Amino acid sequence: MGKAIVVTSGKGGVGKTTTTAALGAALASRGEKVVVVDFDVGLRNLDLVMGAERRVVYDLINVIHGEAKLQQALIRDKRLENLYLLPASQTRDKDKLTPEGVEQVITSLKKNFDWVICDSPAGIERGPTMAMRHADVAIVVTNPEVSSVRDSDRIIGLLDAKTARAERGERVEKHLLLTRYDPVRAESGDMLQVDDVLEILSIPLLGIIPESTDVLRASNLGTPVTLADKHSETAQAYFAAARRLTGESVPITIPTDRRGFFGKFFGRKAA
Amino acid sequence: MSETLTAEKPIRLKGRSILALVLSPELPFDDWLRRLDDLAARSAGYFLKRPIILDITGLDIEREQVRDLVSRLGDRDVRIMGIEGAAPSQLAADLPPAMSGGRPASDIDPADIQAESPQPAAQSKPAAPEWKPGRTVPSIIVTEPVRSGQSLMFEGDITVVGSVGSGAEVVAGGSIHIYGTLRGRAVAGSAGDASARIFCSKLEAELVAITGLYKTSEDLEPELRGKSVQFWLKNDVLMVEKLG
Repeated sequence: MGKAIVVTSGKGGVGKTTTTAALGAALASRGEKVVVVDFDVGLRNLDLVMGAERRVVYDLINVIHGEAKLQQALIRDKRLENLYLLPASQTRDKDKLTPEGVEQVITSLKKNFDWVICDSPAGIERGPTMAMRHADVAIVVTNPEVSSVRDSDRIIGLLDAKTARAERGERVEKHLLLTRYDPVRAESGDMLQVDDVLEILSIPLLGIIPESTDVLRASNLGTPVTLADKHSETAQAYFAAARRLTGESVPITIPTDRRGFFGKFFGRKAA
Repeated sequence: MSETLTAEKPIRLKGRSILALVLSPELPFDDWLRRLDDLAARSAGYFLKRPIILDITGLDIEREQVRDLVSRLGDRDVRIMGIEGAAPSQLAADLPPAMSGGRPASDIDPADIQAESPQPAAQSKPAAPEWKPGRTVPSIIVTEPVRSGQSLMFEGDITVVGSVGSGAEVVAGGSIHIYGTLRGRAVAGSAGDASARIFCSKLEAELVAITGLYKTSEDLEPELRGKSVQFWLKNDVLMVEKLG
């Protein structure tokens, strides 16, 4: 029986889809059997980031409504044979996500995969609540700025109240993934410090992903950032987070500004 | 130790709980009113000047019958302050307002009320802020952080072992103790208990209030930010001081 993970945040644009694809690919490249599930019905993106947008035939809603079998909707990744995508519908309404249907799909995916990673839409309405409903583990993606941190706090509250585990009196294991971390802005005080975010959210830290153009470049190519350039700083940070997720103890390093003296003075707008 | 006063007196909205008696009439009303008269005769003045709520849950009656019942009760000096369990079709503007959300208290024996009837007015005043030995206030301890969007309400004292997030609120009938950072709202003495206090290990609050007197983060002195503080009321002024 695999584990269901929800990648969630409340706020949009913080890096949920990037994280879902990157962690999915990182876990799959370690030999784990992984499926990434897009819950953003009507605004699907995960297929693009995974580079599978032209291969979508059936989707999550089709499966829930019995119009397609789960096996028909799953898309196998062309680079990693044990990585699969279950796309969202772009044309249907998010109200078509029924609690019973979602439960059935997640349960049967958990039987066949080691990791079921659900990419949650932004917000706190039906889509996000359906995505988190049957999660065993939650990855709360947060940017080091106040509005993202407050939205994450709200989402953590919902994870403790509205999930199937919470209703059974159990707990959803929660991890904080700090993304779009900019060492230069952190140093100058324009951004919240890591310690501040941890103090406010008080859940364990899974990793810190630096702000990088690698992410944009990879998603334009339709490649998870962990497959685009394995040695980039971003990919390395996601690989480390994936190892921590499997229970390995990997020390967390806070990204620092690695440019030299002149770089600090002249290079601020270089990227 | 720094004590500070609020500059302007804000408008106060207070919560108040009053023990109300609930009458549940039964059909046929003639018969029920006869029994009520019987009871009233045995305990003289029992219903006089007391807040009475009429519970008509499950009674299959028209608006006219409700109006008739209320007026017949009025003839007996029974004044109805609200009607519980009524459908909108059973109510009208000239009838007492609908009520809901009441919590049951223990049943009342008319004989007991007779014995203590000299001070019925005490019930409608907020509890006196005097401390009596052996006074017991119900309390709860919350060991989780109170997250943004969550609202924690309790009639007695609340202790939070953790922080209260920005956009979260804690509302207590009694005092509030926060062993963490208070970033959201803390409202103590919500039912009028002026002896209630607010304590927090680190003050970053959006709003603090005791019995409806409040301060927002803008009213709080900047040097108190991030400090361990307590709030209390002194002669209707919200006071604050650093602790430790």
